[in-house]
Amino acid sequence: MKKPARVFSEVIKHLFKKPATCGYPFEKAHIYPNFRGRIAFESDKCIGCQMCVRVCPAKAIEIPLSAEQPAAPAPVEGQPPVAAKKKFDCIMKLDHCVYCAQCVEVCPKKALIMTQDFELASVDKKQLRRHYK
Amino acid sequence: MESIIPLAYLIIFPGFLFLAVYGMFLQWVDRKLCAVMQNRMGPPWFQPFADFIKLLAKEVIVPDAADSAMFRALPYFAMAAVITALVSIPVSGPAALFSYQGDLVAVIYLLTIPTVTFFLAGWSSTSPYSTVGSMRVLTQLFAYEVPLMLSLIGPAILAGSWNISEIAAFFTAHPVLIPSQLLGFLAALIALQVKLERMPFDIPHAKNEIVGGQFTEYSGRLLNFFLLAVDMELVVGAALVNAVFLGGSLGFAGWAGIGVFLGKTLFITFLLALLKVLMARIRIEQMINFCWKYLAPVAMAQVAFDIFLKFKLG
Amino acid sequence: MSKITIPLGPQHPALKEPENFMLVLEGEQITGATVNLGYNHRGMEKAAENRTYIQNLYLIERVCGICSHSHTTTYITNVEELAKCETPKRALAIRTLFAELERVHSHLLWLGVAGYEMGFETLFMYTWRDREQVLDCLEMLSGNRVHYSINTIGGVRRDISAEQKAGVIKRIDYLIERTNYYIKLALEEPTVAARTANVGKLPPEVAIERGAVGPTARASGIARDVRKDEPYLIYNELDFKLITHNTNDVFGRLVVRALELVESYKMIKEVLNNLPEGPIAVKVPMRIAPGECVNHYEAPRGEDIHYLKANGTDKPERLKVRAPTLANLQSVAYMMEGGWLADVPLVIAAIDPCMSCTDRAVVWDPKKGRKQVYGWEELRKLSIEQYKRRGVDFTRL
Repeated sequence: MKKPARVFSEVIKHLFKKPATCGYPFEKAHIYPNFRGRIAFESDKCIGCQMCVRVCPAKAIEIPLSAEQPAAPAPVEGQPPVAAKKKFDCIMKLDHCVYCAQCVEVCPKKALIMTQDFELASVDKKQLRRHYK
Repeated sequence: MESIIPLAYLIIFPGFLFLAVYGMFLQWVDRKLCAVMQNRMGPPWFQPFADFIKLLAKEVIVPDAADSAMFRALPYFAMAAVITALVSIPVSGPAALFSYQGDLVAVIYLLTIPTVTFFLAGWSSTSPYSTVGSMRVLTQLFAYEVPLMLSLIGPAILAGSWNISEIAAFFTAHPVLIPSQLLGFLAALIALQVKLERMPFDIPHAKNEIVGGQFTEYSGRLLNFFLLAVDMELVVGAALVNAVFLGGSLGFAGWAGIGVFLGKTLFITFLLALLKVLMARIRIEQMINFCWKYLAPVAMAQVAFDIFLKFKLG
Repeated sequence: MSKITIPLGPQHPALKEPENFMLVLEGEQITGATVNLGYNHRGMEKAAENRTYIQNLYLIERVCGICSHSHTTTYITNVEELAKCETPKRALAIRTLFAELERVHSHLLWLGVAGYEMGFETLFMYTWRDREQVLDCLEMLSGNRVHYSINTIGGVRRDISAEQKAGVIKRIDYLIERTNYYIKLALEEPTVAARTANVGKLPPEVAIERGAVGPTARASGIARDVRKDEPYLIYNELDFKLITHNTNDVFGRLVVRALELVESYKMIKEVLNNLPEGPIAVKVPMRIAPGECVNHYEAPRGEDIHYLKANGTDKPERLKVRAPTLANLQSVAYMMEGGWLADVPLVIAAIDPCMSCTDRAVVWDPKKGRKQVYGWEELRKLSIEQYKRRGVDFTRL
């Protein structure tokens, strides 16, 4: 039953095969569409409910009020004046984020969007604190 | 002028420079072949050279408990012994640079010196891992030395000479006899694999057992020269097996001779790489059993067969 | 020959995670071994008390990189039991599917590590290459390769489409073929047998005495598997064999894991082909009613136990994790003694240690502000007193 060098034929076969590994930084890796990467933010959808902030396990999100607020829409005759829609920013701390995408799931207005970005490493700490406006 | 030429031989070809560059090249070939057989990419061609330059730039740390002078001198001893061995082995032509009757035995002993320096290196480092590693080096030395010597004696008996160049010339003259040395050739290859401490016989520096083995405490330049000595040993070992079993340069000289030499050493490297990927590393006591129970008798059988053949041929 | 003591770890090429084994050597033979834990403590159980149940899910997932699904499933079973929530059938089936995919990925990883520890790099490279297939399956289904985050309280987060199902089955078919080749390779290659047979012997009595779990116990002939003993998820509906082996050595552990792979492939196909229809999750309130709960789960490495105590808020009061490696480490010291130094990496690897799972306990007195190390006797006394207060007497044990 014992056959010395049992793997011989397999090894010889592989001499003529393409390697299974790829030269990663030069050759892009294949990413599936539901990969959980960097979270993007759409400010005009956000209503500032702070659900994402509360649910985040890593305390990676902050939703502050924007510095510049849009002006209230011009009042229409005969109707009560409409208050200005508040505008919110999003600060994503990429070094805190665990990429679980729970915030995307919990967001009632779909203001947070999951992207397939994953090459987020940086030597500059400022790069890791993304401020979406 | 006359006195410069031998010096050039020693320093450039087939001496130090050739040996170092070709050794690193063979290291790359070996790594690349293993990688391809394992379905990986493997390193780029300049990897061994890059490693060499990087290690040269690293700090050398000598343990306080170690004998500083010996610790520093040993890598150079290992390298010098390997280069000296190459002087008597034919490389580019039918004759070696400096050949004499009995140089086969001298080369075998010169090739033992690196192993002894490995032992001393591990022992003088005094750390637990290197101590265990150096004990394993010595154990391994006693296991492979006899089969290696026995397998090299066979062709010498057949050729009726203890001179490597003459053995090569004998097989060049009688190429029909080369296949009859198959058993001895295989035994010599496996013994060479054990001698070079390559997988599956890399027991003295098995990284998942005893970290770096005998080289654990070595760093920077000193480690670099030890590794270079190992690479050179691969070239010299392959050249020796080539000269003794495969008829050396087969009568070619000059550039053709170099071509034959490169081709055949590359082939031997391929066989050694194949051995490397085929098996799991065995334990030290299994290695001793293997060398004495299987390898030595096989080499012995080849010697007996060669004596018989010698009488037959007259 | 004089004895020397060799430290194996916390930093050592054979160990992927920091733990320390002190080996007393006589030549190449080991005459004594001690295991020292605690290099990887991260305070996860304490951290869990400050997070809500849903946040804890992602924390618990990170207890271990390899059995991330095992830990979350055990935790979530506890939470759902306390919340008295009816998890949909489809969610349970998807959890089972992930559990088995995870077992495949973990066992293939182990096969590679075993190959590496015995110096058989070709086996290591091939198995890890093929492991990519199952990681692809996991990435395709859940989005990520390691932390799948598929569980959520009340169900699972992502559904499986017909296209994904076909992709998984295609990859599993390839893996079945490859696994059969590896089984043959392991059985026929003499150097593998030389390195694994009669190495790290663990007789059944010792295995029981030292509380070995999972493949380590099953390789000693102990038929113990939570999936059979107390079926959870949908294991009671699945058809699979309980694999045991009676050589009690590393070779047995190799065979058990390899044959379990084959069983897992069968189960994955069965689950995929009979996925129940219906919703994949139900809503569960943030606050969980007070109560205590213990659940166990057959992780790839053995039995994983979680204890959860809820106090009516949205955060747990206490969470305790007993990872399988902790149960198996007691056997390692026994298995190493009398063996060869060369076998140590393999013996340690044979229990498939996951140190990051194991290290979570520390004795700390906040009032006095100092650390205290409890000995075995003291711990025993404390636990007996604790149970006496509850009316159970363990003094005789």
